[in-house]
Amino acid sequence: MIKESNLNPELASYREEVLAGDYWMHELKAGETLRIVDSHGNQAADTLFYSASDPSERYSAIDTLREQGNVYLTAGTTLLSNLGNPMLEITADTCGRHDTLGGACATESNTVRYSLEKKTMHACRDSWMLAVAENEHFGVSKRDITHNINFFMNVPVTEDGQLTFADGISEAGKYVEMTAKMDVIVLISNCPQLNNPCNAYNPTPVEVVIWS
Amino acid sequence: MSEKQNDLIYEDTLPGGTHWSMLVRKGTTLRLIDKEGGANVGMLFYNPMNKLERYNAPDTLKCQHTFKLTKGHCLYSDMGHVFCSIIDDSVGWHDTVGGNLSTEKMKKRWADRSYQDAGNDWTLSGEHAFLVELAKYGMNRRDMAANLNLFSQVKTDADGNMQFVENNSKAGDFIDLRFEMDTLVIFHTCPHPMNTAETYPKHPVIYQLRESAPVTEDDECVNHCAENQRGFENNRIYHQCGHHH
Repeated sequence: MIKESNLNPELASYREEVLAGDYWMHELKAGETLRIVDSHGNQAADTLFYSASDPSERYSAIDTLREQGNVYLTAGTTLLSNLGNPMLEITADTCGRHDTLGGACATESNTVRYSLEKKTMHACRDSWMLAVAENEHFGVSKRDITHNINFFMNVPVTEDGQLTFADGISEAGKYVEMTAKMDVIVLISNCPQLNNPCNAYNPTPVEVVIWS
Repeated sequence: MSEKQNDLIYEDTLPGGTHWSMLVRKGTTLRLIDKEGGANVGMLFYNPMNKLERYNAPDTLKCQHTFKLTKGHCLYSDMGHVFCSIIDDSVGWHDTVGGNLSTEKMKKRWADRSYQDAGNDWTLSGEHAFLVELAKYGMNRRDMAANLNLFSQVKTDADGNMQFVENNSKAGDFIDLRFEMDTLVIFHTCPHPMNTAETYPKHPVIYQLRESAPVTEDDECVNHCAENQRGFENNRIYHQCGHHH
């Protein structure tokens, strides 16, 4: 569902560009709103959320999908934790659909998907591994790395049970916005994937914007 | 099925609404049979050598371009290995997106029968079932991932709306999982969280272990797609190099 936001980035409390291949790990307080901007189009922001007070409570893709009864995320979706609690609500979305079934790229899964020779190419999970290693104060480790959201990615499910990777429906300047319902840690890998036509083999920066 | 494969190593039945776990060795095939129809088996896999390596539903679905699981599919870890292959299946569609029955949801949906009042006829959630089995190996909620719901089907319409399909599995329906590496199997027979039954459904499941027939050149799972050929190559390297992540 396309829904625009009234928030003005000029009045934001925080703005940062996240380059492709980098991570962004940041606390978002309850009531704050986060916007992720697909600055150049067809990028994927591989995103995980944790409760700041107890990171063993975390975003759950399957609970979110089942409880809303639909396999796509968009404005109006409440992102649920593994304990069934609302973590964030998507309040605006100019892209219209986001994936949470396709998971993130990892060096090991790249060997399966593309080629064994590509095992050393940069991947989202490596960015997350570096993020948890450099931010031990958040109390998150590989045990807590689970199924993420791929903001701006289009992964349609067909009625006969296929999963397809369609061309992106995002483009330069499209954004998704969400308001925190609890204090959360946001962990984004701006996807470095060079093997997937979804980003035209050209990973690009995204922007994160926070309103307090 | 070859004569060798008929050699039953072990067989047991899990009543509905119960849980168990076991180490299944490479070269062993686990057959699960829906004894009465309408069963659900919640299942998770871990590498006993490195329990941080676990079943990964998105990686499994993505690399085989599928939303459903059936014969020919492999079930992958998050480290690019094949835990097991679905070498036979009379059901046609198994779910791995519907998730697990939480205790809170069970209480809302169905009567909450305590052990004190109901004894073995109590109602158990998939959440408690997994937590109990995981704790036996020093694991907890943090180690959970999207689980399999064998014998259950969740399909979607053109707009992505999810629907639980009733009577997906009939009495006698089965699935054969051929293990391609040593795997810690955690499983329960608690209901699928989207099950529409009026009362908490309890359906028994028979499980059998047999020695697997050798994997041949024309193996259906290996040759299902180039991705699975590469997955099996990862397993070969893993076993040849004694390569433990």
